[in-house]
Amino acid sequence: MHTKEIISLKDITVSFDGEKVLDGLNLNISDGEFVTLLGPSGCGKTTTLRIIGGFVFPDSGNVFFDGKDMTELPAHKRQVNTIFQRYALFPHLNVEDNVAFGMRVQRKDKAEIRETVDHMLKLVNLVGFNKRRIDTLSGGQQQRVAIARALANNPRVLLLDEPLAALDLKLRKDMQVELKNIQKSLGITFIYVTHDQEEALSMSDTVVVMDNGKIQQIGTPQDIYNEPKNAFVADFIGESNILDGIMHEDYLVEFFGRKFRCLDAGFEKKEPVDVVIRPEDIDIVPADKGDLIGTVTAVTFKGVHFETIVDFKGFKWMIQTTDYYPVDSVIGIVLNPEDIHIMKKSEYSGEFGDYSSYSEEFDEMANPEIDLTEDAAEAEG
Amino acid sequence: MKTLSRIYNALIFAFLYAPIVVLIIFSFNDSKSRVVWNGFSLRWYEELFRDEEILAALGVTLSVAVIATIVSTIIGTLAAIGIRSVNRRLGKVLLAVNNFPMVNPEIVTGISLMLLFVFIYRTTGLLQPGYATLLLSHITFCIPYVILQVMPKLRQANPHLYEAAVDLGCPPVSAFFKVMVPEIFPGILTGALMAFTMSLDDFVISLFTSGASAQNLSVTIYAMVKRRVTPEINALSTLMFGAVLILLVLINVLQIRSEPSRKGGKAK
Amino acid sequence: MIKSKGAAAPFAVWMALFTVIPLGIVLWFAFTDGGGNFTLSNLSSIVDYAGTFGISIALGAVATVICLILAFPLAYTISRAQGRMQQTMVMIIMLPMWMNFLLRTYAWMSILENNGFINQLLRLIGLLPEGQSLTLINTNGAVILGMVYNFLPFMVLPLYSVMAKIDNSVIEAAQDLGSNILQVFRKVIIPLSVPGMLSGITMVFVPAVSTFVITKLLGGSKTLMIGDTIETMFIGQGADYHVGATLSLVLMVMILICMAVTGMVDQGEEDDLS
Repeated sequence: MHTKEIISLKDITVSFDGEKVLDGLNLNISDGEFVTLLGPSGCGKTTTLRIIGGFVFPDSGNVFFDGKDMTELPAHKRQVNTIFQRYALFPHLNVEDNVAFGMRVQRKDKAEIRETVDHMLKLVNLVGFNKRRIDTLSGGQQQRVAIARALANNPRVLLLDEPLAALDLKLRKDMQVELKNIQKSLGITFIYVTHDQEEALSMSDTVVVMDNGKIQQIGTPQDIYNEPKNAFVADFIGESNILDGIMHEDYLVEFFGRKFRCLDAGFEKKEPVDVVIRPEDIDIVPADKGDLIGTVTAVTFKGVHFETIVDFKGFKWMIQTTDYYPVDSVIGIVLNPEDIHIMKKSEYSGEFGDYSSYSEEFDEMANPEIDLTEDAAEAEG
Repeated sequence: MKTLSRIYNALIFAFLYAPIVVLIIFSFNDSKSRVVWNGFSLRWYEELFRDEEILAALGVTLSVAVIATIVSTIIGTLAAIGIRSVNRRLGKVLLAVNNFPMVNPEIVTGISLMLLFVFIYRTTGLLQPGYATLLLSHITFCIPYVILQVMPKLRQANPHLYEAAVDLGCPPVSAFFKVMVPEIFPGILTGALMAFTMSLDDFVISLFTSGASAQNLSVTIYAMVKRRVTPEINALSTLMFGAVLILLVLINVLQIRSEPSRKGGKAK
Repeated sequence: MIKSKGAAAPFAVWMALFTVIPLGIVLWFAFTDGGGNFTLSNLSSIVDYAGTFGISIALGAVATVICLILAFPLAYTISRAQGRMQQTMVMIIMLPMWMNFLLRTYAWMSILENNGFINQLLRLIGLLPEGQSLTLINTNGAVILGMVYNFLPFMVLPLYSVMAKIDNSVIEAAQDLGSNILQVFRKVIIPLSVPGMLSGITMVFVPAVSTFVITKLLGGSKTLMIGDTIETMFIGQGADYHVGATLSLVLMVMILICMAVTGMVDQGEEDDLS
């Protein structure tokens, strides 16, 4: 793995209309890494990307590129290129002219431009599309032209702002693999913004989880999934049951009035903590053999598994199981030490992790305007 | 229902075109009469090209329209970008100032400009009513039309296009010409076309702001109406109307021709 | 987004010089006498012109209502026509505006005169005895006709552009829910067309109220509208800039009040700044 830092953000703070979008953000990105900024809309991920691209200038803090301060450097002088949301292809130019745009600005010679254009179109599987008009291309093809156009400038760092958001599911999966391959073969740094946790986990070397203008956790996809730092990360990445617990001593936690062995250490004695249990880690056993006993309240068939909601003393858990337990059946569960993850209490404690009113759509319907305004605020920056 | 609406539309179109037909027919009349047909002749077309007053007025009209269109298109396009860049409150003030001449009665705009020029002339001796005052006035009332056409195009334009050009290494000014101008060009073109039309056809504001030294066609015609309109003017109008008609048909044909090829490209 | 605050500077300077300052000068003339001293006598002399204002508003209002009634069905049928047909019909509506408006109005004289085409036609088909004629020209009716003729496109175009945005499925939904044609119009099409009506009304009413050529050509010297009066105050003998400026000021304020009222009704306006 590379260890040299290529981009470094120091104490970045940005406000739009008096509202803090980024709050003292620090981030170091190594050369050749695939880094994903992940978070809900309005978390500041796009603003972070635009600061690196030179489209937003921080109120305070510094941006370093290769160790040199480029905080004040205008966008057109930066060695980074961007793939924009919805591509921003120039509609009055054909495919070839779009890809050649950056090189023509730099007045490279014609033969070199032609060669690079062909090379790039080959890289993105668009050989022979040189003279096609942009509006005759499908979404996926436009996406490829955008990639070719940015890469033709030979950037050290490529910024991608939700590049796959406009594509349908199948195409998105294919493009994920393709993007990852391009990144590996060129060996350049990709900084990728998305709100799709699956995309982030499957593509990245490093995932940066953001919320409220702050970084919540930085780590490899496995770290982020297995050892979430707080309730927000646990809830945002995958499904989680999050409960209140008390850490009695190293490797011993109490919740629901029972003590469980776990693999976590380093907490104060009797420290209140958040306990995360992933739905797929829970084993269902007959009621008399369980550590905890609960009643099934809802079952949904999801194809690979059943999503079973189980009521434990008024607290509802989600359990993913391949066996079918009908509603109202009484079941027991067994928790192994490696299934239990302990997190320090945070501002997010108590906000997530209970499935008693479980319905994501319902949550969205309950406060629809929030997402929209945050989206708009971020897009404006 | 269908036939009813067709008859209705036909009646309205007849109403709109009746005076134009009369005007065109009587430009070929062999006498000065406006109501009695004396046989076909081209004499008014011949006399038109010998009438220096009318030709001078035509020259003033066309040159004012061309210059006013160019100047107002540049100022208006820049203004549209500027209005979107300043903060909301200032933007609203600027838009209100921009919309004011469009809702204000033309006659009020006309006399207010006239009083301005009178005031300047009396205090400094500059800007005697004439070509310059006419041109300044025309630029003034053309600018809002350009802004109103360009603003929506700017709003619809993909905000990332300009950024994409800069991102690829284009300095801001050149990015504006390479990417933004093509993107908002339809708006600029319609704005310029509207400005040209308005300037060409303007009468009320021109009446108050032009002097005896430079009058456009409308003002000249108005002076004639008071005495008697010679059919030469009908001949001139017929020619201008014909020119516009040919231009429009040409544009339409070009549009129709360019469209199927586009669709063909999509089908591939 | 491209940002450049300085781009608006030439515009701001130009508008200040040629829109804001001239209005200030109008104000100054309205409130001073020939010697440059402050006076309210211009304003009080406006009372003498109350009748002129009244007839202007009345004629303008009638012309506006007729335009609205004539334009509504026309705009609607255009908006429901096929794409290319729509363009062509809009073109047909706009085309007359390319011919000088004075000449078009002047041509109406040939049609309406005592020896004009209408009277000739009526005599020809025997509805009018030889030697007699219907008095069409030099009446208020002729003035209103001139206004409707000149300003009808200003009503059709905004109505059309609003109606073109009404999706056919909205109309079908209304029918699906049991509305007949009249109810579809009353409950769906008319309410959705309100913004277009309001801008059409202002675009017709403002020039109609303040016109002075149409009265001169088609109304003879019988009818004097406020525009005619203002013209005589600035051009020719007997000019009085001070009274003229005051009349203009009153006309402007009157129209701005009308606009404010229609503006308050129209709340769904688009915001170009967002």
